[in-house]
Amino acid sequence: MRRLWIGLTYAVFTILLIIPLSRIAVGAFEHGLDGFATALLRPEALHALMMTGLIVIVVTFLNGLFGIMMALYLVRATWLSRKLKGVLNSIVDLPYAVSPVIGGLMIVLLLGPDSIIGGFFEGIGFKVVYAFPGMVIATLFVTFPLMVREVMPVLQEIGEDQEQAAATLGAYGWTTFAKVTWPSIRWAVVYGIVLTVARSLGEFGAVLVVSGNIMNHTQTATTLVYQDVENFNVAAANGVALVLAAFSVGLLLVMEWAKKRKGVH
Amino acid sequence: MTSLIRHKGWTWGFRSTVLLYFLALIVLPIFGVYVQSLSAGWEALIESVADPIAWKAVLLTVKLGLISTFINVLIGTMIAWVLIRYKFPGRTLLNSLVDLPFALPTAVGGLMILLLLGPGSWIGEAAERLGFQIVFHQPAIVIAMIFVTFPFVIRAVQPLLEELDPLEEEAAYTMGASRRRTFFKVVLPSMLPGIISGGMLAFSRALAEFGAVVLVAGNIPGRTLIASVFIFGEVESDNPVGAAAVSVMLLTLSFAILWVINLVQQRGRRA
Repeated sequence: MRRLWIGLTYAVFTILLIIPLSRIAVGAFEHGLDGFATALLRPEALHALMMTGLIVIVVTFLNGLFGIMMALYLVRATWLSRKLKGVLNSIVDLPYAVSPVIGGLMIVLLLGPDSIIGGFFEGIGFKVVYAFPGMVIATLFVTFPLMVREVMPVLQEIGEDQEQAAATLGAYGWTTFAKVTWPSIRWAVVYGIVLTVARSLGEFGAVLVVSGNIMNHTQTATTLVYQDVENFNVAAANGVALVLAAFSVGLLLVMEWAKKRKGVH
Repeated sequence: MTSLIRHKGWTWGFRSTVLLYFLALIVLPIFGVYVQSLSAGWEALIESVADPIAWKAVLLTVKLGLISTFINVLIGTMIAWVLIRYKFPGRTLLNSLVDLPFALPTAVGGLMILLLLGPGSWIGEAAERLGFQIVFHQPAIVIAMIFVTFPFVIRAVQPLLEELDPLEEEAAYTMGASRRRTFFKVVLPSMLPGIISGGMLAFSRALAEFGAVVLVAGNIPGRTLIASVFIFGEVESDNPVGAAAVSVMLLTLSFAILWVINLVQQRGRRA
């Protein structure tokens, strides 16, 4: 019985995860190392990877900062009523339920050239949709819950006693945060950052709709993979996909490491 | 200096910035889609929804989502059970691999399926010779959905199994219950909240999936065109009202599922 279940588990993992992952690696080197290098050193591939990198940096910074603040407010704030906190708390999860394509559509509707806000920005010569800012906003929308959901349970668990003690001893709000709260949420924050990086690295649907997927301009690594496949250039798609997959596996390792540290504090 | 930092204006400025960011980023866009779908009046909305291509896409998405969720509930429960209860070489590695579909870009996931099962691959050729097609047909969509929603059930069931007191099972054995009976009367009920909430999360994610599916679906209306791909097509062909109408259907469905998940989790906490 026991053998059977373990064997089945191994079978599922091999079929669903390990074989597909190695197939990408094999596919990327189908035309040897040169083929892989050409796929990656195409100007559009370099540009796409750079765009993805920029988006990841901006999004992780903004959502990291605002995510921690939001988690703090949702758990600790006395200036919000309990009911309002409950409502805000459920709204945080909404991006999970929204299809990325719909997320992108929302931003096009709201900030596109035909909308009021988009028209205004266009008027002053600032493009939002089909440009970098729109892609950042789309990724921000999709990744917002990740940090909040990592930090909130830790804040709830550690309770307020230590913070109150610090405040009683005369520490200012900022000192209390730096000396008492931060050390205990640190690893949850690291975990949240890793999740945000992974999600913004891989975001596809929302970015595809918002960016218009213009080569050498608004194309990201994932949308380039999509375009390569559509153009039947599967070998090139494999090269970029392998780079993305390698990053994901790396992030997964960091995630494991952070998870262990998070458990220990 | 400290008086400057402690100034009330700073605190309020901070608080309103965070709340404004939150409202502008999350609430406003969702609100915007609902407004847009009604911008041309109720009749236009009903007309867009009544378009057979539109509602068939939503229906197909729900159907394939249910199939993939069902399969995921089965293999997810099994894997969660094996990873918690048995000690065997490679267990830690498999346990970290569970999260891979979360970490991997969905477009890469789609490409993997295309490479393994698509035209030119030996599985694809063999299936074709046997008379059925995988890629660009419904099986590929289901496989893509299973792949991206793989971790949900496992990650929802694992903590419940860890918490389950071995004494309860031992008590059942002591009173003469068979292995099977103990499993169905003691172990399964304690896993059930996780199975339900994990399954529903997987279902709502399957409804929303786009990246992995768009590469492997054939996009034939009524047969292999799912809702998110339909919405993308409408956006591309510059028909935001049609896109918004289907979006509203899909969103309302997803929000309802999210709400039920919350209910289930609250009940689980109280029990």
